[in-house]
This record gives sequence, C-alpha cells and structure tokens, in this order.
Amino acid sequence: MLFKSHGGVHPKDMKAPANQTAISTIPQPAQVVIPMSQHIGAPCTPLVAVGDEVKLGQKIGEAKAPVSAPVHASVSGKVVAIEPRLNNLGNMVTAVIIENDFKDTPAETLVPAPEDDLEDPDKIAAIIREAGIVGMGGATFPTAFKITSGWGKVDTVIINGAECEPYITSDHRTMLEHPVELLKGIQLIMRACKVEKAYFGIELNKKFAIELLNFHGAAEMGIEIVPLKCQYPQGAEKTLIQTITGREVPPGGLPAQVGCAVFNTFTSYSVYRACYEGWPAIERVVTVSGSAIAEPKNVKVRVGTPMQWVFEQTGGFQKEPWKIIMGGPMMGLAQYDLAVPCGKGTASLLAFAEDEDKTVENPTCIRCGQCISACPMNLQPIYMYIYEEKGDIEMMQKLNLTDCVECGACTYICPGRLHLTHAFKTGKAKIQAYNAALKAKEEAEKAKAEEKKEEK
Amino acid sequence: MNETKTLIVSSSPHIRTPRDTKVIMLDVLIALAPAFLASIIFFGWRPIMVTAISVASCVLFEFGYRRLMKKPDTFGDLSAVVTGVLLAFCLPPTAPWWLPIIGALFAIVVVKQLFGGIGKNFLNPALAGRAFLLASYAVLMTSWRPANFQHVDAATYATPLASLHQGALSSTSLGAMLLGNTGGCIGEISAIALLLGGAYLVYRKVISLRIPLSFIGTVAVITLIFSKGNGHFMWMLQNVFSGGLLLGAIFMATDYCTSPVTPKGQIIFGVGCGLLTVLIRYFGSYPEGVSYAILIMNLMVWMIDKATAPRRFGVEPKHSFRKLWAKISRKGRKGEENA
Repeated sequence: MLFKSHGGVHPKDMKAPANQTAISTIPQPAQVVIPMSQHIGAPCTPLVAVGDEVKLGQKIGEAKAPVSAPVHASVSGKVVAIEPRLNNLGNMVTAVIIENDFKDTPAETLVPAPEDDLEDPDKIAAIIREAGIVGMGGATFPTAFKITSGWGKVDTVIINGAECEPYITSDHRTMLEHPVELLKGIQLIMRACKVEKAYFGIELNKKFAIELLNFHGAAEMGIEIVPLKCQYPQGAEKTLIQTITGREVPPGGLPAQVGCAVFNTFTSYSVYRACYEGWPAIERVVTVSGSAIAEPKNVKVRVGTPMQWVFEQTGGFQKEPWKIIMGGPMMGLAQYDLAVPCGKGTASLLAFAEDEDKTVENPTCIRCGQCISACPMNLQPIYMYIYEEKGDIEMMQKLNLTDCVECGACTYICPGRLHLTHAFKTGKAKIQAYNAALKAKEEAEKAKAEEKKEEK
Repeated sequence: MNETKTLIVSSSPHIRTPRDTKVIMLDVLIALAPAFLASIIFFGWRPIMVTAISVASCVLFEFGYRRLMKKPDTFGDLSAVVTGVLLAFCLPPTAPWWLPIIGALFAIVVVKQLFGGIGKNFLNPALAGRAFLLASYAVLMTSWRPANFQHVDAATYATPLASLHQGALSSTSLGAMLLGNTGGCIGEISAIALLLGGAYLVYRKVISLRIPLSFIGTVAVITLIFSKGNGHFMWMLQNVFSGGLLLGAIFMATDYCTSPVTPKGQIIFGVGCGLLTVLIRYFGSYPEGVSYAILIMNLMVWMIDKATAPRRFGVEPKHSFRKLWAKISRKGRKGEENA
C-alpha cells in the first residue's frame, strides 16, 4: 500500500547529481568554529578556556537544563578563542574556536558503551544525551529529551527517511552505505523509547534503499519500512505522523500527545555510532549541490567546519553563486557569510547560480486557490496573506496562522509569485508581539488597580 | 572570496514552480483553440473578426487604463487576452464590429480594473460584458443564424435553446450539437471542442473537475427529473449540450478570481450555478440562463469561501460524517449485541 499525505506539491527532486557517488571525506580545516548552541533549548556554557588542549570528541560545552545537548570538539588541538560568532540563523552566539593539530587524538570518552548498558532504556538515553545528539534533519531538538519525555506516552516510533526536500541525498546515501548500522540504531531508539514497533517512512524515489533495508532484516527487528509517495512536505513531522498512523497532532501540540516520536534517519545512525562506537555528534553527512556547484556530492563534514572550506574542498563553484542555502531549498536558510560553520543539523549546502525564486516585481494573487490545496495543515494561505498585509491580528488568529509549519509549499506553487511563507513568518512575529503587549497591558492595569486598593 | 560579495538573502522557499500566471493563461488559450476552430468551420470568417477585435480592445483597454492610472502594466500576464476571447465567444456570430469594443470597455475597465485588476474583480469580466451588451443591445445579441452546413430557412431560424424554451425538443440532432453544426454564440456551438479543451485544462491541472462536474451534473439531474417534451433523456441531453452550458461550466464558472477557493465551496458553487441555470431556462424570459447563473453565484463567492473553510489540522470538526457514522455504527452494534 502506498501512503500519501494531504496537500503537498511536487517540485523536481534534483537528487540525481549528488546521488551517484559514495559519501566521501574532505580534508579537515585548520580551524573549526563550534557554536555553543546547536540545538533547541538552553545554550551550553564552555567547559574549556583559551589555551587549553582539547582532544577529538572531548566535551567542550554543557548546560544543566533538561532541554539541551552538550557540544564536543570535532578535532583535536588548541582552543584559540571563545567569542561570539555568526551562526546559520543569523545570530551571534558564543563559539569555541579550535586550532586543528591534524592528529585526531581521541578523547578517553571515545569508547563504546558496555553491552549490558544497551539493554537499559535509561542508560541508552543517558548515552544519547552525553553524545550531544539532536534531531539532525534540521530542527535540532535534543533527542534524549524527546525519548525521556515520551515515556509512558509514546507507543509508536517513526523514523523519518522521507527526505522530501529536493537536492538533499545525505540520508539516502547513509541508508545505502550503512544499512545495518542504521537498523541497529533504530533498534536502540525503540528500546530507549520502550516500544516494540517502529515505522521507517521512505519516499519511493529511494526504492533501492527500501529493498536493501528489507534485505538486512528490518522486518525481523520490528521495523516496518513504509513506502511513501514522493511529495513535498512528506517528511514534515505532523504530516509524516498523519500519513503513517492516521493520527493528527493537535495545533500547538507535540507528537507525544498522539503517542508518536519521530526521529531522523541520520539521528538514528548517530545513535548507533554513539552507543556502539562511542562517537559523539561531531560529524554529519552533508549534500553539496545546486546549479553553481561544480561537482555535486555527499561529504562527511566535521561540526564547526566553515561553509567556505566545504565548498572549496568539494570542487568549488562552476558559476558565480547568487544564493547560498544551508539546508534544503524549501526550508533552508539563505546565508550571506561563508564563514558560518556547519552544525549538527546541516543536511545540505546548496549554491544556486541564478534566481530559482523567480522573483517578480509585482506579485499578484489571481485567486487560483492552489495554495489551499497545497497546504499540509489545511490552512488558507490566500486569506492569511490578505490579513497579514493589512496587519489584522484578530483575523490572522482566526485563520490559525500560527498553525503554519513554514514548509513553503504554498509559496512554491503560487503562480502569482506571492511571498506567502515570508508573510506568515512575519505574521507570527506580529501575533506574538501583539499578545505580549496585551499581556503587559493587562498586568499594568492589574498593578494599577492594586495600587488604588492600597491607597484606599 | 570576491565572487560571493553579493549573496542574496531571502525567506525560504528558494525554488518556485515554473508555472506562473502567464503559463496558466496560455493553457486556457490553448484549451479554447478547438472551440475557436469549430466556430470558424461552422460560421466562416466572422468569428475571427469578432474575436480579434474583442481581444485587441481588451488588451488595449487594460494597457491604457493601467498607464493612465500610473499602475504597473499587467497585459503581459495574458489574462486580458483570455477575457477578450471569452467575451467574443459569448457573442452571436452576427455581431457588428463595434459590439465587442463596447463589451470590452465594460468588462476590462468597469468590472476588472476599477476593482483593482486581476484577482480583485468579483464578477467574471467576460460574462459581465455580455450581460451589459444583452441589456443594451438585446436585438443584436439575439439575432442568430444557422451554421454553414444546416439546411434550414435562415429567416425563421431558431436555436435549439429557443425551442427548449418553448418546452419542446429541438429538431437539431444530438450529433449536430456535439459537432457544432447548430446556431448559437461563437464559442458555444461545439460540445466536443469544448470538452476537449476542458480535458486539456484538467490534464494540465489548471482547473479541477469540481465546478464543471457539479455544474453540469446538477443541470443534468434536474432536467432529467423535470423533463418536458417527449423523451426524458433527450430533453436532458439537449439541455446539457445546447446553449452556453459547457462553455460556462468549463471556462467561465472556473474563473479563478470569481469562484471559491475551497474544495467544498467549489462544489457548492457548481451546484448553485446549475440550479440557477435550470431555473432561469425554465421560468425566465430569456432562453439562456448560464451567464446570469454564474454572475449571481459570483456574488456569493465570499460567503461560500467563509462557510467552507477547510477543517483545521489536528482538530475534529463539531459535526462530521465520520462522527455521525461512528454514532450510527456503534448504536447498530449495540443493537446487535442486545439482540
């Protein structure tokens, strides 16, 4: 049976150029920039000082908060600076800069966990937390917290292998080159989540990967491979859950509310590496592709490697880049500074030579309604856009603008070339600001009333 | 690195479909081509003249108005061309040369541009233009002629729709109606050509089947139930294949700007169009009701859209068939258990 989600669009997948070659390695950079916040949640405080010698895989940043993930040194060498640096979100965050000694001296902690530990959910979760593993599809939610907070609620584990964004092939290559490790990683996640059954959703453009995983006994491990129709945004968390289980995550809710926990393919592979090999999250397979790239390919990139280094080492640009994107073309973030380092959730680096946005001077809505049929969240982008333009907060809330997952399907399909997703991002900010102001006003009034009471 | 000095930064997504407004309008024009060809075969050169004048004046009025008002040009999106063709298609082949110019003036300037241009008008410009002409030049708009291959007396010729209006089946054969060998407006005569165009639009995903099917289906069902003359099926088929029903249902009622955007709303819109069409054809003083039916439903679009908002993701609606079914089936099962 083929599983299909509601809504969606069908962009050209553009995966062929990078898909043909095996994952390769690139030389390490002379310096890595490791941001102390590469996840959703509390940022880490550095555990090292300028001048310290660090080893490969050594923990260099940690936060005590439950929603957080520690950060590790991705090379061995010397800490030369701890200062704010630009990250992929366009913010300045504290980063540890390590001068590489190119020796890769491993840290003492870089050893596999004892076999017995891998039977105990608590211990697996602890290993995952210590390894600094986060959702590596790009959302970077701390994986250990997702597991522990789901205990007692989650009955189904879903592994996201949809890789529905065009161009990206890093998860696909991982499936092809490390199928056994991947399945073992999923098994560990199932054990940690205390469930018996996992669904591995894979889009049908990866037929060979589906066969390969089945060949390596996915079914015997309790992992059901679910073939998905190629459609964007098939891999969006809520959409994937709905497609596979038929359950719908309520607005503003988390997957755990409907008994599901979703993990990315590369996250599962990282769990395997952390548990069986002792490796923390210091490496990510990155797809380098796009019309400006000379040789599209997948490479292993150490966390903290500046983008510029990755581009240089993979053959450089064949045309002058017009736009550089960290992440996929549908949800990735355009970058303006090539010194920004790759992080744990960087699945791809794209360089476009020309205006693939097809920007027009006067975007005009022709009321075709295609945005409505494309929206996976059943929203009405056409009307949300009108009220966002007007700044009508009340109507924006009435149309559930905050439900928008910013997948970009409506903007992709819009023949009038409206900047829909952009408008909804600003609309969300407007709603937030309005509600904050409302709250502040209420509180001020309350305080005033109390003052008056006291005066009396 | 010098070459990366001017990197563009903008919100995601960073890719877009190649199908923009112009491509869609071009698709509509391609879909209208078979009907145009049929009109030339059956009416000769006059349809070419009427259509050319109509298209030219629509484009000129659009260009002129936007220039005059110092607004950005929009004639490049081809929507004015589509309006021009559709306006010509709902004029009789005997129309004098100046008729489409007046229609175009009303359609483009009054109906479309005064309300803000493409995407903002609430009435279908071509149909509004036709309604304006019908009200102003009723005689010119209803002087019909038979098609080239019809052997009838031209002086006393009545279109199939006119005889249906009298409550009797038309003498025109069904085959002639399908091919287009019959009297009527320029673009409406050939059912096959229109269906071909409709199939192309559906294939290219320019339109969905919701509006055309619910529109035509409603007309078919009602005319079958309340049939006149002798032969229920023939009455229904003649009602469906004569007059402007196919042209209206496929090309006019599906106009993006003046039809609902929600899937449910589109079905309600189509059913409403069908109901009104039959009502006007049966009880109105004019034989044809399609254009007024669509225009009246155009006015309801805002309301229909509001009432048929899609179900919010993750929230069960207050009333739904699924809930109702669950209730019924649970009761049914309980009943079985008790028995």
